Amino acid sequence: MMDYEKLLSDTVQDVKFSGIRKFFDIASTVENVISLSVGEPDFKTPWAIRKEAIRTLEKGKTAYTANSGLVQLRRSLSEYIERKTSLKYDPDHEIIVTVGGSEAIDCAFRALCDPGDEVLIPEPSFVCYAPLVKMAGGVPVIIETKLENNFKLTPEEIKEKLTPKTKALVFPYPNNPTGAVMRKDDLEKIAAVIRETDIAVISDEIYSELTYGAERHVSIAEIEGMKERTILINGFSKAFSMTGWRLGYFAAPAPITGQMLKIHQYAIMCSPTVSQYAAVAALMDCDGEVLRMKEEYNARRRFVVKSFNDMGLECFEPEGAFYAFPCIKSTGLTSEEFCKHLLNSKKVAIVPGDAFGASGEGFVRVSYAYSLAHLNTALQRIEEFLKELKI
Amino acid sequence: MKKIVDLLRENARLTNEQLAVISGITEEEVSKEIKRLEDNGTIIGYSAIINEEQLDKNAVTAFIEVKVSPQVECGYDDIARAIARYDEVDTVQLMSGSFDLSVTLRGNNLREVALFVNERLATLDGVLSTTTHFILQRYKEKGVNFAADEADERSLVSP
Repeated sequence: MMDYEKLLSDTVQDVKFSGIRKFFDIASTVENVISLSVGEPDFKTPWAIRKEAIRTLEKGKTAYTANSGLVQLRRSLSEYIERKTSLKYDPDHEIIVTVGGSEAIDCAFRALCDPGDEVLIPEPSFVCYAPLVKMAGGVPVIIETKLENNFKLTPEEIKEKLTPKTKALVFPYPNNPTGAVMRKDDLEKIAAVIRETDIAVISDEIYSELTYGAERHVSIAEIEGMKERTILINGFSKAFSMTGWRLGYFAAPAPITGQMLKIHQYAIMCSPTVSQYAAVAALMDCDGEVLRMKEEYNARRRFVVKSFNDMGLECFEPEGAFYAFPCIKSTGLTSEEFCKHLLNSKKVAIVPGDAFGASGEGFVRVSYAYSLAHLNTALQRIEEFLKELKI
Repeated sequence: MKKIVDLLRENARLTNEQLAVISGITEEEVSKEIKRLEDNGTIIGYSAIINEEQLDKNAVTAFIEVKVSPQVECGYDDIARAIARYDEVDTVQLMSGSFDLSVTLRGNNLREVALFVNERLATLDGVLSTTTHFILQRYKEKGVNFAADEADERSLVSP
């Protein structure tokens, strides 16, 4: 008999499956569930992008591309980043196309961490950071962000956790699951602390296009002295509704990308070619579509947040991404109990906040990547559920 | 910002309160905007989208191409208005192309529509010819698909 426990790496075995995955397993046992749990856009990929992919296939352009990605795509990305921020990245040496933002995150940890190096991770946040740091040999150090700060990261919280072993700070804004964003003045305060250190910032800006309000998304790399230490990560999944195309990228100073490219090259070779050609069309032709989808999310966002506050679940205003993160402490239930009861009694699936870190306990993540009609039905059921709880 | 008129086009039953929340303006501003749209004739009515065949199995809807001879001074207007005055008629539109007026009407059965066309439409002064098309199956009306929505192929719970 094989002793698989002995066979398999202790590091990998110690990593847990994500809480999202766990809840998915529970939700899939209940029939006719309506879900507010999906972390991907409900819009189809804009037609211009799909058409370009079809054209690419028709022409038979299906070979590998350069490891770092198609030249046209890197040039378009360089222009796009400059158009959206004030940042200039050299398409030949500072931009690399990856398989989704996730691969870029993995490459960043693996490029930065020696065994025992610490990586600061604000939570609640997307579930991949701590496991990937562990698998890269590093040590995740969690920073718990708080509702009273609108789940923004504060300079004090960073200072508390900084040690001589700190290598990097993960900077996940706009944030999944809280919807928190860091505005320019927030970034200045963070930068003031980071500039005094020699750590890197891994800025996961996958939701950058979904920033609501009058001010645009600002990258932490735009703040003085930060570009030289920031690995800017973004991708096509959320902004262009291209989740299944698996396409992301990172931009960073050449000495960093040079090392990260080795990891990408040996592990991945290159990102899917058809997706890369299609992505060029996305960057050239889809500004209107991106804006239209953002406006639609924004309308839903206002509707969802108002509905939760009206039904008595305090919900701070998320200014980015497509999630609301209402507080359910008033019900006396834990996040997991709340979600399980809701699932069983009203067949609505939402994700317990603690799936995104211990500091998410007392909250639930509600995705509004659904039509207004769908949201309305689900929210009515949640309201009924709350009324029944109080009896 | 999503326009009030677009939100109402999708769902005219949204309350002013809901419209205000969704579009990010105040309820007073919503009322003002709706009044403006109604007063200037942009919004001329509100109605439900009905699956007629579901309501009554024998009901039929016909789309009729009408050729007419335009009249001096008023062109097509008089005849179009005369047709529009019939209660049975749903829509009347002046078209470019090989016929002049497009008329849509509903009847309780085939015979009722046929009688209407023969006795009341074709006999109007100025009507040269009619071609009647009966609707066999509806798939989408005013942006709403009749078939159940395509299944959401996204996983139930995802990152």
